[in-house]
Amino acid sequence: MYEIRLHSRGGQGGVTAAKLIALAAFRDGKHATAAPFYGAERRGAPVVSFIRIDDNPIKIYSQIKKPDLIIVLDPSIMELVDVFDGLKEDGTVLINSQKPFDLAQHEAHYVDLTGIALKVGLVVAGTPILNTPVIGALAKIGLFSRDSARSAIEEMFTDPKNTEAAMLAFDEVHQ
Amino acid sequence: MSSIPTTEYLKKCTSACPGCSSSLILRYVLKAAGPNTVLVVPACCTSILQGAYPNTSFGVPVYNVAFGSSAAVASGIAAACEFLGKDTNIIVYAGDGGTVDIGIQALSGALERETNFLYICYDNEAYGNTGMQRSGSTPLGAKTTTTPTGKTHLKKDLDRIISAHNIPYMATSCASYPKDIYAKVTKALSIKGPKFMHILAPCPPGWRYSSEKTIELGKLAVKTGVWAMYEREYGKLKLSSPTIAAIRKRTPIEDYINAQERYKNLEPAVLTRIQQSVEYNLLLLERESREEENNEAEERT
Amino acid sequence: MNESNQATISTGNNAIATAAKDAKVQVVAAYPITPQTEVVEQIANFCESGALDAKYIPVESEHSAMAACIGASIMGARAFTATSSHGLLYMNEMINWAAGARLPVVMANINRALGPGWNTWAEHTDSLQTRDTGWLQVYVSTVQEAYDTTLMAFRIAEDKQVYLPVMINLDGFALSHITQSLTTESDEKIQAFIPPFQLDHAIDVTDPHGYGTLTSSDQYVHIRYDIERSMRASCAVIEETEREFAKAFGRTYSWTDEYLCDDAEVLIIAMGTLGKEAEVAVDILRKEGIKVGSMRLRWFRPFPDLSDRLIGRELVVIDRDYSFGCGGIIAGTIRAKTGLESYNIIAGLGGQEVTYLDIASFVKERKIGKEVWFGVDETKAGYEISRSDV
Repeated sequence: MYEIRLHSRGGQGGVTAAKLIALAAFRDGKHATAAPFYGAERRGAPVVSFIRIDDNPIKIYSQIKKPDLIIVLDPSIMELVDVFDGLKEDGTVLINSQKPFDLAQHEAHYVDLTGIALKVGLVVAGTPILNTPVIGALAKIGLFSRDSARSAIEEMFTDPKNTEAAMLAFDEVHQ
Repeated sequence: MSSIPTTEYLKKCTSACPGCSSSLILRYVLKAAGPNTVLVVPACCTSILQGAYPNTSFGVPVYNVAFGSSAAVASGIAAACEFLGKDTNIIVYAGDGGTVDIGIQALSGALERETNFLYICYDNEAYGNTGMQRSGSTPLGAKTTTTPTGKTHLKKDLDRIISAHNIPYMATSCASYPKDIYAKVTKALSIKGPKFMHILAPCPPGWRYSSEKTIELGKLAVKTGVWAMYEREYGKLKLSSPTIAAIRKRTPIEDYINAQERYKNLEPAVLTRIQQSVEYNLLLLERESREEENNEAEERT
Repeated sequence: MNESNQATISTGNNAIATAAKDAKVQVVAAYPITPQTEVVEQIANFCESGALDAKYIPVESEHSAMAACIGASIMGARAFTATSSHGLLYMNEMINWAAGARLPVVMANINRALGPGWNTWAEHTDSLQTRDTGWLQVYVSTVQEAYDTTLMAFRIAEDKQVYLPVMINLDGFALSHITQSLTTESDEKIQAFIPPFQLDHAIDVTDPHGYGTLTSSDQYVHIRYDIERSMRASCAVIEETEREFAKAFGRTYSWTDEYLCDDAEVLIIAMGTLGKEAEVAVDILRKEGIKVGSMRLRWFRPFPDLSDRLIGRELVVIDRDYSFGCGGIIAGTIRAKTGLESYNIIAGLGGQEVTYLDIASFVKERKIGKEVWFGVDETKAGYEISRSDV
């Protein structure tokens, strides 16, 4: 079982990103569960979502304690929350950032999702949309195929800018 | 006005008290509505006067429901009728407690949602079925089993609350004027959308007068101005003739008060306050009615 | 129109709304409450977009939601609603009414804790408080099961031998808000599975009757006994419906969802998502040599006859609920129906985090006949936390 924890802020689309990850994995022929953790959060508050991917049906509903992958949609959260808490020793990190992160023993990827969203004009009510670009980045680091990423996005969104941003993110992930 | 049909939908075997005006009202309501009607009745005297299972004294389907739910049940019936293409009169027949108190939330919701139904509140000014406890509709000074020395609050102004919903049709009437009831129900049922009627229902055991005086008490309520009869179409006021007469010249309020033992030993200060509230209500209605007439006159010129 | 079955992903709430749409409900009256809101929003959207031809009544309270469903149902329309927690208990009077009036209303309840304090997470005490109302109650554990069970609920409720309402329960957030795969079915197959709505005692103005009139004790006793008679008759209807469902759609359901129970010396009994998570605990414990199985209860009303399955085994019952002054409601019901004592763990209240590792430890620490509140230190008073300090 592959376990993912996704950090975002309320209103940034973290919950939708988690759904997209589950859908892309499902289109890859895997089983997947996406579970947002709801507190009494409002817009802007830190939010956590859990995603599990496996070859067999997933029976676990409790929270993920030791993730294989940590996704940070908003790096400013790192000042408030220990986003790397419980990350497996061989675990991976993907951070929305313009610059690299040095995480000693972990494989750390970074991609400027915000910049990509602004570049393709993927902005809703003044907020850059991060949940579709991140799917492209995740395809690049091997979570699911590029085709499944594309079809998941196209199933949930009609605006082609979403796919465009995802494919741009696919190309721009750095380690 | 067309003549009132002779068909009876309320059979002579009801278990109503002698002199009961709510069954009299319902008799004319059903004559106006006819057989293509579903009656929704919350807990009130009418749930009892149908008689006991498996018999019923009503000639139309009656759906008895929980106290505070009648307008919401009617909403469901109306939605089903609309979905199934049935053109059936849906009438809630509820007492004052079930309307002004426990049922007001459901009623307000149903009116706001423009439910296609007629809600009739027959008002005997207390919880009659449980033995005459005070309701929000009990008038100032009236004794009930929970206000043994007389109610210290004014009667809730239901009609202005309903009026604030801007429904296509609302009317008030009184049990002593069956032709008026028949005409207003007929009119209400010819209109699509939410309709409301508030009918004063003198009650011998509740108001404490002898049962043959029901009609007289109802007429006194109107002639003294204690009860006003009118219609509103989309808010526009039209006073009914008994109330127009009362505004011109009314019977002293003491004639009405002294005819009922529920007002026994009424303190003069309370009587004055009752008098003032009656006068104020009539003043508002008269003023509004005159404004309507002026507006109409202006429109014509 | 769904011309063929479709494999996609869905939340638990969306699965419920989609099933109600696919079952062609005719009147929906609902009031929003966390964590049920997505069900109401979806159905309102289906109605506005024309995906569902139904009347949606945006009522002003849950009491009115059930009242409107009662009105729609008695007038001959297929009625549906959804609620949760305080909403469920606010409509409690009408819940009783729907069953007493023998109306096949279908409702989804998204299980949630009751206040105070405010807590919107999963707990079963809300629906279990309505267990004595004459409603059939079923508890589900996956998104697919939520969809499938809702479809089955209409067929079961509307069976003439039953004519009782059905409540589908799913854990708030833990299932209502999670995304899993979902296969939806074609209109043609669903319509073949769920017959058109037919209520023999529906209001008919050409054949007027009084409904719910004043009733003598003698008559009342018989009317109430008829509810129990139908509850018992529903057992065969449930079995038949689940069989037919498997035939039509290829997915199998039963009274319980059993995992490695046949040779088990210890059984973990739970409902909802905890009952599914327990299977992972079984895998861990089996590796350690403990012969354990998981029995997830699906139907709580009618309560299945489990005697043959339970006798001779040690029972670890997880109650995500509590009846104060008595005990866990599932453990109490099993004791009442079979005479068997269990190790009763009160766990998961107010969304308390309970993992498969915790469940495995319940099994290892079992003491039959004892009740334990998970995570509670009995030496500490808790009442102080119910009052906030400024």
